[in-house]
Amino acid sequence: MGFGLLGFAGTQPNLLRVLTALVAIALGSVGTFAIFYGLNLLVERFPRPWKNRLLPWVYMGPAVLMLTAYLVLPTLRTLYISFFDSRSENFVGLKNYGFALTNPDMVIAFRNNLLWLVLVSGLSVGLGLIIAVLVDRVKYESAAKSLIFLPMAISFVGASVIWRFIYAFKPAGSDQIGLLNAVRQALGLEPLGWLIERDGLLEPLWTTLRLPEIAGLPTFLPLNTLALIVIMIWLQTGFCMVLLSAAVKGIPKDVIEAARIDGANEFQIFRRIIIPMITPTITVVTTTVVVAVLKVFDIVYVMTGGNLDTDVIASRMIKEMFNFRNFGRGSAIATVLLVAVIPVMVTNIRRFTQQEAYR
Amino acid sequence: MTHLKTRLWLSMAALVMVSACGGGGDGASESADKTVTILGVIVGEQQEKLEAALRPFEEETGIDVIYEGTDSFATLLPVRVESGDAPDVAMFPQPGLMASFAEAGQMVPVTEFMDQATLADAYPETWLSLATVDNSLYGIWYRASVKSLVWYNPKSFEAQGFTVPTTWDEMLALSDQIVAAGATPWCVGLESGDATGWPGTDWIEDIMLRTAGPDGYDQWTNHEVPFNDNTVQTAFEEFGNIVLNENYVVGGSVGAISTPFGDAPQGLFGETPTCYLHRQANFIASFFPEDVDLEEDVDIFLLPGIDPAYGTPVLVAGDVFGMFNNTPEAQALMAYLATPTPHEIWAGLGGFLSPHQDVSLEAYPDTLSKKQAEFLTNAETIRFDGSDMMPGAVGTGTFWSGVVEYVAGEPVKDVLDTIEASWPE
Repeated sequence: MGFGLLGFAGTQPNLLRVLTALVAIALGSVGTFAIFYGLNLLVERFPRPWKNRLLPWVYMGPAVLMLTAYLVLPTLRTLYISFFDSRSENFVGLKNYGFALTNPDMVIAFRNNLLWLVLVSGLSVGLGLIIAVLVDRVKYESAAKSLIFLPMAISFVGASVIWRFIYAFKPAGSDQIGLLNAVRQALGLEPLGWLIERDGLLEPLWTTLRLPEIAGLPTFLPLNTLALIVIMIWLQTGFCMVLLSAAVKGIPKDVIEAARIDGANEFQIFRRIIIPMITPTITVVTTTVVVAVLKVFDIVYVMTGGNLDTDVIASRMIKEMFNFRNFGRGSAIATVLLVAVIPVMVTNIRRFTQQEAYR
Repeated sequence: MTHLKTRLWLSMAALVMVSACGGGGDGASESADKTVTILGVIVGEQQEKLEAALRPFEEETGIDVIYEGTDSFATLLPVRVESGDAPDVAMFPQPGLMASFAEAGQMVPVTEFMDQATLADAYPETWLSLATVDNSLYGIWYRASVKSLVWYNPKSFEAQGFTVPTTWDEMLALSDQIVAAGATPWCVGLESGDATGWPGTDWIEDIMLRTAGPDGYDQWTNHEVPFNDNTVQTAFEEFGNIVLNENYVVGGSVGAISTPFGDAPQGLFGETPTCYLHRQANFIASFFPEDVDLEEDVDIFLLPGIDPAYGTPVLVAGDVFGMFNNTPEAQALMAYLATPTPHEIWAGLGGFLSPHQDVSLEAYPDTLSKKQAEFLTNAETIRFDGSDMMPGAVGTGTFWSGVVEYVAGEPVKDVLDTIEASWPE
């Protein structure tokens, strides 16, 4: 049946378990302190050139080991498993990657992820920037900022539960418990299945323009996916605002005053002074949001369960891995996701080192 | 401390090796203090009822039953078994998962310590065969549920002059009659979080049993006919005749998809019912509003047959106990579960149906459960919930989402092709 873990158990020798047990016992009973202390003592006994060479490794070693055990090895193992079948028994070559890149449901997940990426990072960074600059000039700044930052304190699952009430659908005529449909009903409109309607948001526009022949376009902005994206924007804008606001405040006042004296108007100051000076922060914020978006699955999981074309890559991965127990496919999707994140991470780290170099 | 840990790990490793070598040997040393551990899906109020049903066993034998209930049974159990930490006994919510452990040789057939004839007396043949893998019986059935039920409110039926249909056509005629009276016949709720769509799969299974017959149904669940077979399409379309008819379903297809399955039957009750019929398994009674009088405000009939050749089959589900560790305590518990006592205790506490043949109708406290038990014993054909028997990728995946797609208006052929393509090779 569909429970691959069972077959998986047979191929794992007990040796691995015993090894894990030994490592656990060693780490648990000796303790981190003893490791550092003991190793330090040991290194002290070496002659001087060796002591200096070895000492950094003594302190970095445990961290490197941890990263290897919890990050590098699992990644390699995921990569390895992704070339095997659902129960990790037979080598299947690139078949799982073929699935991950061509399966119709996966293609939709990619389209959705693209929408999430563009809209969430674009809008939450954009809105965050505008708010950061605007609240910088008002008296009730901290109140306004707290209000916008508040959603950050809510978990994705918690936020999804809240938004389920906003999008809730009840048949026409009955009491609407959903905010949006209550508003629609009050305006005399039919309630709308916000999480069900997958017709493009722009479809009415295309039909009135008599452009139905532009295939692909009408469903490019499906309502249900957009409804989910809004939640993420609501959650992330506060984060962007806080970091960008700090950066805006970090701009020396004399620079801005000098620009004012030179006759620059407020928009020019924003465009030519503020933006260039906080570009590193904007990049870091954007890449952080991008990584968060690529990882998002909880919102989809809670709101729609991925039904009706709302799946994203991460939620497909969870489904294949844990619901369908297809380790090969799950790992292949995970690998694809990892590859997609790498360029973003590289940009982020490069920015970071540049920034450090300036200091 | 270190020493203790090492010993623990070594003994666990040894246990794994023993159980991997065919589950033989005697694990008796593990349970010297006379306990038996159970892992099951039942939690909360239901767990208290289960524990009450097991109390006589504990008192009589002095064996301590340690029950652990979990929502993530299907995830947790394989992990436990794999790490050599299998419970003595597991209460499986569906026989498919048990079968895969049995096939892997990780379970103990109950016939090793119980008499086949006793079991044949205790349970109907259909139920026994559902727990049989490779000609060995592995499970003791405990809790059953009847899925082919249509719920209605006899008061509002009487007020409107509606009568209970006995055939499928009569049921559709009644639906038309309700529409003509300016009302909506059906309440359908498919929403169930990440499992959204499952109530629809029950509909399809019920209709498959009625249009393709038990043999056609078995071929379908075993994948001897493809999922996009004509018989399956017929079943989907028969479901579509009801669910896709905007006049038949409260809120139309959007209403069906977005209504939580537990909220759906609420429309049957109140001053002005919003619907008159609701198809759902027996457990739904626990979702009814508090003020519903189960004796007077609600009644049930079996979902009528479609093809007279196949009569009125009953779709069921149930919980089955299977044994991992062959200890005397576990054996005693399994033997106890096959006696009518635990069945009658829980039946008396309400909200429980038993597949056991020696449990009399008198054991059930209310008319509704008596009626359900009667349906169960009188059924000519019984089939287990098909989606539970299919591979996870279909049964808990594309079948669920496919039903949602179909109700949302996707062409039936596309839906079935997608499900068929997802069936693991």
